[in-house]
Amino acid sequence: MRSSGQIDQGGAEGVPTGSPAAADPVADPREADFQALIDADQRIEPRDWMPDGYRKTLIRQIAQHAHSEIIGMQPEGNWITRAPSLRRKAILMAKVQDEAGHGLYLYCAAETLGVDRAELIDLLHQGRQKYSSIFNYPTLTWADVGAIGWLVDGAAITNQIPLCRCSFGPYARAMVRVCKEESFHQRQGFESLYTLSHGSPEQHEMAQDAVNRWWWPSIEMLGPPDTDSTHSAQSTAWGIKRFSNDALRQRFVDMVAPQAVVLGLTPPDPELRWNEQRGHYDFGEPDFEELRRVVGGDGPCNRQRAAHHLKAHEDGAWVREASAAYAAKHAATTAAA
Amino acid sequence: MTLVVAGAAAVYTLRIADDCLVLSHRLAQWSSWAPALEDDLALTNIALDLLGQARGMYARIAELDGTGRSEDDYAFLRGERAFVNCQLVEHENGDFATTMVRQLLCSTYQLAQWQALTASTDEQVAAVATKAVKETAYHRDLATDWTLRLGDGTDESHRRMEHALAALWPFTAELFESDAVTREVAALGVGPDPGDLRPEWDAYITRVLGDATLPAPEVSWRPTGGRQGLHTEAFGYMLAEMQHVHRSFPGVTW
Repeated sequence: MRSSGQIDQGGAEGVPTGSPAAADPVADPREADFQALIDADQRIEPRDWMPDGYRKTLIRQIAQHAHSEIIGMQPEGNWITRAPSLRRKAILMAKVQDEAGHGLYLYCAAETLGVDRAELIDLLHQGRQKYSSIFNYPTLTWADVGAIGWLVDGAAITNQIPLCRCSFGPYARAMVRVCKEESFHQRQGFESLYTLSHGSPEQHEMAQDAVNRWWWPSIEMLGPPDTDSTHSAQSTAWGIKRFSNDALRQRFVDMVAPQAVVLGLTPPDPELRWNEQRGHYDFGEPDFEELRRVVGGDGPCNRQRAAHHLKAHEDGAWVREASAAYAAKHAATTAAA
Repeated sequence: MTLVVAGAAAVYTLRIADDCLVLSHRLAQWSSWAPALEDDLALTNIALDLLGQARGMYARIAELDGTGRSEDDYAFLRGERAFVNCQLVEHENGDFATTMVRQLLCSTYQLAQWQALTASTDEQVAAVATKAVKETAYHRDLATDWTLRLGDGTDESHRRMEHALAALWPFTAELFESDAVTREVAALGVGPDPGDLRPEWDAYITRVLGDATLPAPEVSWRPTGGRQGLHTEAFGYMLAEMQHVHRSFPGVTW
């Protein structure tokens, strides 16, 4: 049984809370300069010296973020062939393609830390690196595509905007672009849900049902409660994590609660209400036991998502081998010429 | 059969639009299944281009046939027998070799067709064609690169490419068929007669297959009928999946 502190689930799109390796008992003299850079809000670049723990934490966090983008293509891609209009089909295809692009971009950012993509994908297949638990839920109706855009991308943005100021340069720069696109996706999801909610009674019911199913998992995406998030302090000191899970969760609820009113849809939380005194929305307790189960591998689609990715990877092996053989052959021809 | 299109120019344009829509749908089925992320991006990129081309053409057809129908009426409310795409584009994806051979054969044809259509007397068609030429040149380049790599890669990739070519080659004859519709639009200067695209297609494909060490198959079977709404069995399943949500909620807005 994993302890909650081990759940790498700190954020939307699988960004973990960060659980750095144990600090090196022998302090490196370069560490003071490194920390001074971070404290001055400067960026650490790939060629700069960095503690092993920082490197390992980032590799895992960026890899899990990349894996989340790639696995996230499955639940939404599930509806490309059934999208109910050509306009929606084009939007959805472009969105899933953006996710592939984000994945590629993030794998490249991880590679600046001295790992390669193939290695990270192997770790994903071995279950040694995770992806966001949210993608282990099924997309059952067309409205789920809108609900994911609105809620899941909304939670992702909440989590990722602070990462635009992350201390590691390549990750921070990747996040700037990713956030712009995610924000576009969230508006598209909202608009799609709005159309359904204000359409026929059957469409409205479909939209409400999707929100009922995606609301809590999206709130849980922001990670375990602060009381269980044991490794946040080091990530905060390293300028990787800037806000606690619960602070981000509150920010997310404050954003989507009024949007639900505009949508004409009711979040499945009887405790959700504006608290004048706090200046925030109050909301019910997420089911963190469920989060733990899903992260631990027993969500509705964990096995399916992993098997899908592995099958695509294995089915493509002969293609990658052919590419390599062709390149080698032609390198030899060029060298001989 | 519903939503039959009237007039040679409209029928001709519909054939082109349906080719694009159906091929786009097939390519979109690769999403999250490609051999590498870069290939996933490339395949959905082509699918998106083709979908855009189809939408541009459907908009024009609605004006040509005077019905003012929407693009979704054409895509989602016609049955199997009302689609007039060629059978090659509806061929199931199979493995990556099959998809890439299909793409090479189709893109080479479509590029020649779009190039000719840039001179169409129908200004809207010419405008779509001008954009499509650039997009389709990239589609053909990508398919060409993969044909070379897979044809001249490993024994396995070469064998798979031979199988794919053998399976798809018979369906290319239909691309170049002329009939009353194509003769009329050619006379009006709306678009090329498909037979006229053949020499350029032959020259390009012969060169690429040669470079890829792949012999062009010799076949006696020449399936046809797509332009008359006669399709393969696989096509019905594709349409059923594509149309079911739209048809389950008649008359609503998405």
